Amino acid sequence: MTETGVVCALPDRSALAEISKYQDPLVIRSILLTARTIAIVGLSSNALRPRNFVGFYLQRHGYRVIPVNPRETEALGEKSYASLSEVPERIDVVDVFRAPQFVPEVAREAVAVGARSLWLQFGVISGEGARIAEEGGLKVVMDRCMKVEHARNLGRMHWLGFNTGILGAQRTTN
Amino acid sequence: MTDNHSDPRAFGFDTRAVHAGQRPDPYTGARAVPIFQTTSYVFEDSESAAAYFNLQEYGNTYSRIMNPTVAAFEERVGNLEGGAGGVAFASGLAAQAAAFFTMLQPGDHIVASGALYGGSVTQLKHLSRKFGLQVTFVDPDRLDAWQAALRDETKLLYGETIGNPGGNVLDIQAVADIAHSIGAPLMIDNTFATPYLCRPIEFGADIVVHSATKFIGGHGTSIGGVVVEGGTFDWSNGRFPVVADPSPAYHGLAFHDTFGMYGYLMKLRAESLRDLGACLSPFNAFLFLQGLETLPLRMDRHVANALGVARFLQQHPAVERVRYAGLPDSPYAPLVARYLPKGAGALFAFDLRGGREAGQRFIHSLQLWSHLANVGDAKSLVIHPASTTHRQLSDEELAAAGISAGTIRLSVGLETLDDLVWDLERGLDVAVAGARVDGKTNGKTMEVVA
Repeated sequence: MTETGVVCALPDRSALAEISKYQDPLVIRSILLTARTIAIVGLSSNALRPRNFVGFYLQRHGYRVIPVNPRETEALGEKSYASLSEVPERIDVVDVFRAPQFVPEVAREAVAVGARSLWLQFGVISGEGARIAEEGGLKVVMDRCMKVEHARNLGRMHWLGFNTGILGAQRTTN
Repeated sequence: MTDNHSDPRAFGFDTRAVHAGQRPDPYTGARAVPIFQTTSYVFEDSESAAAYFNLQEYGNTYSRIMNPTVAAFEERVGNLEGGAGGVAFASGLAAQAAAFFTMLQPGDHIVASGALYGGSVTQLKHLSRKFGLQVTFVDPDRLDAWQAALRDETKLLYGETIGNPGGNVLDIQAVADIAHSIGAPLMIDNTFATPYLCRPIEFGADIVVHSATKFIGGHGTSIGGVVVEGGTFDWSNGRFPVVADPSPAYHGLAFHDTFGMYGYLMKLRAESLRDLGACLSPFNAFLFLQGLETLPLRMDRHVANALGVARFLQQHPAVERVRYAGLPDSPYAPLVARYLPKGAGALFAFDLRGGREAGQRFIHSLQLWSHLANVGDAKSLVIHPASTTHRQLSDEELAAAGISAGTIRLSVGLETLDDLVWDLERGLDVAVAGARVDGKTNGKTMEVVA
């Protein structure tokens, strides 16, 4: 399992011209608002890794986070499974921190276990993986960080001066 | 899903100038941005406190590092500039110093425009002496000079959208390309243009700094600054271990790896603002937010008045030359058409015949134009750079910045244009007549030589 091309550095996005199709704000908000259980493929137990930051954040915000990583036995206080098919619970979102070449395999598994959405993290770009998931009836988000999108749409990212791009005249809850 | 915020509409600049960065307060419903005049914030529990300090969660800890009123200002400027966000500081120079501090280390080299604001030049020279930075100043109009100044250790190119007081307009895209050819970012001081007139990030710049004291506030009441970063520069390209490597100042956190497009800004806040301490007061942030709401309206008026004043001066016999980039015969007209289509700002210099004495007589005879060391106020301002803002510069540096003994700098305000012209005309009469009569006009108002 390689870590390259995931989250860090700037990925090659030229391979997939229609990438914005998988960054629809309506789909992103819908997933964030309805999901309960998130399987994080590639979740690390190392608290200094970005993927651990993401899992920690999502857990803190009430999602049930299930680590899927054959190299870990436990992460964020949860048992880690070697593959999606071993997870003994219903999965709403499969959140992927893997290099792009592994995504089609993860997408097939996500379809097989009946997940509702496939979420590919920042830098994880796979047109084939997206197609497999879509054909299996899953919603797909690509090249977006689930933590950032939660913080932007539902969380407190605006507390640190980041450009959330979100504005409106309704009262918020955070 | 009942969710009425999801329309992915791309809102216009004027809408964002009023709304970006703030939604009505969740507790009170307050529509205006509340002034959170508090130093610190009660933690929900110890786990939350730890998560905030570890940067695992976006949370308020201490107003030296973050404050909700200041955050609304930061996000609004970040949004208007088209960046990933902003971090505000107690002044424009503090913002600039912190932007350097975040990405540079001793031995690094900066290529900077020789026409930078005098205070910026002084800061850079001071930093180079005290912290071992190397700085090369170049003629900003000459792309070959930017290119020729590059070295292996060059980590930053730095210029201004509109120079002061020479009025140089930078070819931002071309200089950004030169910077990126060696994996360095381009930083732009966009104070004089404001994001309404120019958004440097759209032309390839990576970092934008502002003195918010000027047009962003627009009222001349508050000192402040802000840094915006575009979020697209690859800080992990090998040239910036100080940004990309695990940070000894933050328990081994690798900011760019962990926060991606927000990494530079997170480091700027969590380390540079924390350590340098020049935070913006919530009250000043509140005043800047009031300014931003009317920025588009004010800038249109500033530009219209500036053009009117420049045209008047251009035809006046006492004026040797007018250096307003917005005039059609300016050498910068092609660059203005590309980078500043809504206008070339409201600051420019002109050269008075008669040199230093004529300049001083002129300034002291004005009734509406205030003689002071600021720009970008609603009020029209005037200054003589050689004896004030650029006083610390040597003759060679003055010349490089395009300043002579008779140079007068104007910051054209929002008054009735006819009144501004009327006042200038009287001043020019005094300047010219004073040379013939006794040179001691010294009058606050207009009884002199009428």
